[in-house]
Amino acid sequence: MADTPVETGAEAGGAGMPQLDFSTFPNQIFWLVVTLVVIYLILSRVALPRIGAVLAERQGTITNDIAAAEELKQRAIEAEAAYDKALADARSEAGKIVAQAKADIQSELDVQMAKADAEIAAQTAESEKAIADIQAGATDAVKAVAKDTAKEIIAAFGGKADAKAVTAAVTARMKG
Amino acid sequence: MADEAHSEGGGLEFHPLDQFEVHRMFGEGPIHWYTVTNVTMWMAIAVVCIVLLLVIGTRKRAVVPSRTQSVAETLYGFVYTMVEDVTGKDGIKYFPYIFTLFIFILFSNFLGLLPMAFTTTSHIAVTAILAFAVFFTVTILGFVKNGAAFLGLFWVSSAPLALRPILAVIEIISYFVRPVSHSIRLAGNLMAGHAVLKVFAGFAQVGLVVAPIAILGVVAIYALEVLVSAIQAYVFTILTCVYLKDALHPSH
Repeated sequence: MADTPVETGAEAGGAGMPQLDFSTFPNQIFWLVVTLVVIYLILSRVALPRIGAVLAERQGTITNDIAAAEELKQRAIEAEAAYDKALADARSEAGKIVAQAKADIQSELDVQMAKADAEIAAQTAESEKAIADIQAGATDAVKAVAKDTAKEIIAAFGGKADAKAVTAAVTARMKG
Repeated sequence: MADEAHSEGGGLEFHPLDQFEVHRMFGEGPIHWYTVTNVTMWMAIAVVCIVLLLVIGTRKRAVVPSRTQSVAETLYGFVYTMVEDVTGKDGIKYFPYIFTLFIFILFSNFLGLLPMAFTTTSHIAVTAILAFAVFFTVTILGFVKNGAAFLGLFWVSSAPLALRPILAVIEIISYFVRPVSHSIRLAGNLMAGHAVLKVFAGFAQVGLVVAPIAILGVVAIYALEVLVSAIQAYVFTILTCVYLKDALHPSH
């Protein structure tokens, strides 16, 4: 840079480069030392301890948070296991209840069925009896009608109806 | 501060080094060691910006940080990790000193990129003080911590015996060159970049053909300088850590 000739006529040293003007050195050195001391005092008293504390605090917070998260995760896993267990218990309990209910219903059903069967059987027997009576009544009625009719027919032909013979004949017919 | 002698020639005017001039902020007269100059002003601005970022920006001490606090924490973490990785656990107690250096250089570099700004770290007087402060601190610390064993830094015990004296000479020379390279690297990078910016800016007044190219050049160099500002602050700091490591653990 020194090849560009610039005169600093105002300066006492008269050197080409202001950097080599020794008359300003004491001034620069004095103010540099003042500046460095001021910066050092500010940094070492205020800024650096503060920043260091903030960084340490952050590190601590992060570590704590990670530990807390780890613990919460553990608890979540435990809670899930407990939930699964409760669910399985509830399932087996429900299965038991269902089986119990089924058995109860089945036995109740069996009793009712038996009762119903008995009733039905009773009613069937009664009905059969009634039907038998009716049938018997009907046979007798038919027999009487047939006898009467036969007597009348015989009388109409001018014969004398032999009551015994007619009855025997009608009975024989009706069996056939 | 602009030099009137150049304006007589007409045509192009380049004053790429005017930006580095130290001048009084108030009144006329010679610059004494206590005079308030533009150096004072720009260093004060750096201090204010550092306070804004690292003190005001972190005043809420939020566990979930705001943007400013996040930046402050990132810088803290960046330098802390660097010190821990390079110098080891026992270097942590020097962290505030190293962070002071880093934050001062970083802010001076970036503030210097503002238009019309004065770059305090482009002056060899400033960087040399920084570098020599590191050099003397580290050297004294090395002897205090290790006694005469600190000289083992120059005696490469893993090398063949015949080579060791030669290596010792080379090691000693390289050791004493450290503060020079340490300071000139920083000041040189910044000064060169800013001077080149000014040269491109000077070409921007030439005409319709050259001006757009010059302006593009300014933009490109500016982008490069943003990078250089951060990288030089980083380089200065990590070299400080490396020197500190040598003082704490001098064995190779």
